[in-house]
Amino acid sequence: MIKDRNIWVFVEQDEGRINDVSLELLSKGQELAQTLGSQVWAVVCGHEITDLPQVIIQHGADHVLAADHAELELYRTLPYARVITNLIRTRLPYIFLVGATPVGRDLAPRLASAVHCGLTADCTDLQIGDYTSKKEGVTYHDLLYQIRPAFGGNVIATIVNPKTRPQMATVREGVMRRREPDPSRTGVLELVKPAFHAEDFALTVLSREIREPTVHLKDASVVVAGGAGATDPQDFQLVRELAHLLGGEVGASRAAVDAGLISREHQVGQTGTTVRPRLYIAAGISGSVQHRAGMDKSNKIIAINSDPNAPIFQIAHYKIVGDLGEVLPLLIKTLREKAK
Amino acid sequence: MPYHSIVLVKQVPDTRAVTGEVMSAEGTMNRSALPAIFNPEDLNALEMALQIKEQHGGTVTVLTMGPMQASEVLREALYRGADRVVLLTDRKFAGADTQATSYTLAKAVEKLGAYDLVLCGRQAIDGDTAQVGPQTAEKLGVPQITYAESIASLNGDEIVVQRAFDLGTELVKCKLPCLLTVVGSANRPRPASARKRIEYKLAAVPAEYPRLLQKWPEFGSEAALEQFLAERNLKITTWTAADLNVDEAQLGLGGSPTQVHKVNYVVLEAAESKEVAPTPEGIRGLIEELVKEYIVG
Repeated sequence: MIKDRNIWVFVEQDEGRINDVSLELLSKGQELAQTLGSQVWAVVCGHEITDLPQVIIQHGADHVLAADHAELELYRTLPYARVITNLIRTRLPYIFLVGATPVGRDLAPRLASAVHCGLTADCTDLQIGDYTSKKEGVTYHDLLYQIRPAFGGNVIATIVNPKTRPQMATVREGVMRRREPDPSRTGVLELVKPAFHAEDFALTVLSREIREPTVHLKDASVVVAGGAGATDPQDFQLVRELAHLLGGEVGASRAAVDAGLISREHQVGQTGTTVRPRLYIAAGISGSVQHRAGMDKSNKIIAINSDPNAPIFQIAHYKIVGDLGEVLPLLIKTLREKAK
Repeated sequence: MPYHSIVLVKQVPDTRAVTGEVMSAEGTMNRSALPAIFNPEDLNALEMALQIKEQHGGTVTVLTMGPMQASEVLREALYRGADRVVLLTDRKFAGADTQATSYTLAKAVEKLGAYDLVLCGRQAIDGDTAQVGPQTAEKLGVPQITYAESIASLNGDEIVVQRAFDLGTELVKCKLPCLLTVVGSANRPRPASARKRIEYKLAAVPAEYPRLLQKWPEFGSEAALEQFLAERNLKITTWTAADLNVDEAQLGLGGSPTQVHKVNYVVLEAAESKEVAPTPEGIRGLIEELVKEYIVG
């Protein structure tokens, strides 16, 4: 039944601009395809998107399935799901990767439910490997390992879909590294003709307002992040001040976001942004797996926590056991003096 | 016109309550040390359904799948104004991933009969997958509106909903019936009503009867207790796999396409680390070192 082991990537575009995470997934797809000896296929939907397939090929696709139709101009669940479900059913991809954006998180579960396949959300790593089912006494070769923090973000689970195809996973932006495009790459463009049903148009978009991001955590060279230990708004103000002084961005753990100290755009971790700064300062962050998944590749980590046993200290290069209200002002003061 | 809403809710461990006591030094979590709570965004979904009922009339039915203890969130729903609650409980449902969960929920929704709206939280805090809502909508064959923040209008068989994301909003119009996944910024869920708390205090599923009898031995027998509860609409409906029109191969762990290959308790690799004293001298030394290594400019 399985014809090939191709890796499909849903390429999300908005007004002709391709989402970063889609390009990151094309790079990851290339890596997985090399292991499997297969190809990377991209699926892109939109209207008047004739320029996009070439860009997608340069970023790593071997084959582009493009559905260009006025009804696909703005993302809507049902028309997109109709086109892609039909493609999955007729071509049976081995793996299907989707960016965990608001669009991807709306679309991927709908697709997985329609074709009845397994889906793992917010993976922090993807690998190829074997899986032996003890119950069946069967070994499945070359499955997609869908790796993500689980159980409240405190352990790392490797999930597999042994029997259903495609093996579907979503990945947050910034988790995978994006390769430089290769202008000499060639690939096949295949135009797809949508076959909609009347009920696909049950929903109409009346208006839409999308603003540019004001927080640029992913590419920041310095991140100063506050956590549950900084729930005093004054402490959080110190976090902001220190970030400003270092020319960096303000980050936050989920606890700080849930406590309403700062907006979700600042969240670092599996369900937030993955960062790789030159310097990461964790202020009052205990360091759950969920958080560490988003920052453990930082070049240098300074952790400040009043609890000497906080897990964050185990990955920190510099440990400061102390009270934020004292340590942060000291850092700020010393940096100011140095700047004079 | 009246609208009939079904709210899908989940009881979850309160992962926000992770503190030093719950976390071990290795970074693992003692799940049993966490309180079980009503998934926060499911409370927002319930609140939205209750407001629809207050403005337009109709009913609010709350459905959950879980062990007997999950009856607690159903009582919480009754205290807030739900008209009817149903517990889906069966060992056959256990270990379900989002695919098997949405299959079971969709079958239960179908058994409940005609509805206008299905509402649930955007995601549950124990997994954050946000998958069950859309997967259930697909199985029911209805459109979905994820990230729903407010209802701009509800007229005849048409709803206008504002969706809210980190980076913007969208206003959409949709035909009923449809499924909404509701975000935390949608509303402030009402607290439990004191009057209803008294009214529904005894609401129970049959598996809880022995516990109730211990507390109120005057009922004498489970049968007498059941009759008392049934007469007062305090018997929480429970459905097992046998009550639903299901293919048992699609339930629970066995019906889940995803399987856990392995779970790693993360052993943290101690980075080569230096202890810095929280003193002016300590901090000055740290900054000098960072400057020397070109980490700080």
